[in-house]
Amino acid sequence: MAQTELWIDRTKCDGSRLCAELFPERISLDDWGYPIIAPGPIPAALMPHAQKAVDSCPVLALALRRVERRPPPPPPAVKPT
Amino acid sequence: MLNDTLLWYTTRGAGAVSLVLLSAVVVLGVLSSLRFEVPSWPRFLTTGLHRNLALTAVVFLALHIVTAVVDPFTHLGWLAAVIPFSSYYRTFWLGLGVIAVELLVAITITSLVRGLVGHSAWRAIHWLAYASWPIAVVHGFGTGTDNLSAWMLAIDVVCIAAVVVSIGARMLMRSPDPLAADRARFRERVSRKVIK
Amino acid sequence: MTLLSLFAGPPAAAGAESFRDHAKRLGHRPRGDHALIDTLDRSGLVGRGGASFPVAVKWRSVAGRDRGSAVVIANGAEGEPLSRKDRTLMALRPHLVIDGALIAAEAVGASRTLLYIGEAHGAATAAITRALSERPAAELARLTLLGAPPSYVAGEESAAVNFVNSGVAAPLAVPPRPFEKGVDGRPTLVQNVESLAHAALIARFGDAWFQSLGRHNAAGTILLTVSGAVAKAGVIEVSSGCSVDEVLALAGGVSGKARAVLLGGYFGGWINADRAGSMILDPSGLRAAGGSLGCGVVSVLDESADPLDVSARIMQHLANESAAQCGPCFFGLRSLSAATTRIAARQADHGDLPQLHRWTAMVKGRGACRHPDGAVAFLQSALTVFEPEFAAAAGTRGRRAS
Repeated sequence: MAQTELWIDRTKCDGSRLCAELFPERISLDDWGYPIIAPGPIPAALMPHAQKAVDSCPVLALALRRVERRPPPPPPAVKPT
Repeated sequence: MLNDTLLWYTTRGAGAVSLVLLSAVVVLGVLSSLRFEVPSWPRFLTTGLHRNLALTAVVFLALHIVTAVVDPFTHLGWLAAVIPFSSYYRTFWLGLGVIAVELLVAITITSLVRGLVGHSAWRAIHWLAYASWPIAVVHGFGTGTDNLSAWMLAIDVVCIAAVVVSIGARMLMRSPDPLAADRARFRERVSRKVIK
Repeated sequence: MTLLSLFAGPPAAAGAESFRDHAKRLGHRPRGDHALIDTLDRSGLVGRGGASFPVAVKWRSVAGRDRGSAVVIANGAEGEPLSRKDRTLMALRPHLVIDGALIAAEAVGASRTLLYIGEAHGAATAAITRALSERPAAELARLTLLGAPPSYVAGEESAAVNFVNSGVAAPLAVPPRPFEKGVDGRPTLVQNVESLAHAALIARFGDAWFQSLGRHNAAGTILLTVSGAVAKAGVIEVSSGCSVDEVLALAGGVSGKARAVLLGGYFGGWINADRAGSMILDPSGLRAAGGSLGCGVVSVLDESADPLDVSARIMQHLANESAAQCGPCFFGLRSLSAATTRIAARQADHGDLPQLHRWTAMVKGRGACRHPDGAVAFLQSALTVFEPEFAAAAGTRGRRAS
């Protein structure tokens, strides 16, 4: 059974906080109003809330993604030099 | 005969209800973009109501349009409901209504499949609401048989006032996105300069 | 000890090496192919842009996709303020960099090669521009020179790709990573210019040669920018595997008494002076041990300098250089920088130091790129190495009497 987790595009998120209202089990807010997403797959019982949170984002920053089993080590994002 | 009157009253009633609902939808949309929130009224209440009232309004609009079209008194064909300014009956004012509802249909459909159209396209079409609503209001003034009756005027005044006040507030307030200014400033800094 | 490879040839005072001299000294460049990637694998060459990631693995990840339509970006943006090695390399050995970029393009099957050079690096840009005009027409046709905006994050690989695609050097959220989908949606190799220059030499002389240049199981040479309290600050090339003490000796020795060494630049971290001296500078070894050589900055902090003030200024710079796309990075670094500055000014509020610890945990990993993580790692190194100074300063809650 495919496991799903929440993924967020941090560049799109503009801190509207709807996701935290609708999925407080896994999404809380930091000191500046941006979502802190608890890592890990989402249990089936919480999936409807996860979906609601994803649908509620005004800028479509949230998505549900399949958890990769063992992601192949990609080249890491090169730090600025 | 009674049926005709019933149709007529339904058209007018559904029209009035649509106006009230859509005015509330515009106000809620503005409140949503302003990120209005108090302890007893969380954000999802604003966005949820905005969505649900809009869908309800669509239902009443459908009723308004269908009863108007099938009403033998108006002699409207179905085409008149789709092609603006193609009816013989109150051509101009009805045409405005057709435009307003078609804009609303575009807004509704893109909102229902927002994930497919993407944020930019969705947002651009959603802004058409600021065109659709006033056009609908003018349509109501022009075609509404009740447009001079006291109760309809009162409804109009309240709806218009609510929308005007909320839009005024939106224009006066800063963007609620705290990163907007800095993000723009950074992008300006790192944008490719035009090669002379 | 100072066995030169990149800087072999004419001395620095002679300026950029011409194509004629380059070809006379090293011969014409070999072609890149899959066999070369295997050679790079055996050579142990790791990326010199900061992440020290194995170059062969990176090339293979691009080469494996869509043959013929990939893109290579030679990354010479060098936005790290303390690093000067890339611009120096490009100014003195532009043809090594161009060779490396073209060889990489052939090896990964790229149809476009872009040279992304910091627009503020005048000498480097001039040298590369002139070098391009000396190349055969067939090569020139495949190369494009781009000026990277002078911002810290402009050198981040997704920012480089974004700049090519949209004209804005702002980092993007990943996935997809550039090696999957980069310029025009094609697999894109973003490689630091020093890494490419090393590859250009390995292509000629082989992996055994490169290995032999290093010491103590380390491979090849590395470019370092030595700065701070040393007699002769500047860019030097040393064998990978030498110690910090040896590097500082090459830079004329420490002028004064060292309190700490900043290894890797603003994106790196502080190391206590008594530990730093014996540290072995081997990028792969350090990476395996959980540390990092980063972009090769070795900066000495003298005892007479105020470590809190220096750290606060660096934090301020990192905060100002946030792309302002992600709330946790922009506001987090701003809060961290403000609190660090207050502590450095000995005007800390009671909660400032605990907040630093709290916010570093809150910010880490919550940006689209690694900028906030680098800043947090830097601050954590400062909190560790300068723990006594922080404790003393943060305990003060007084305001200046006036």
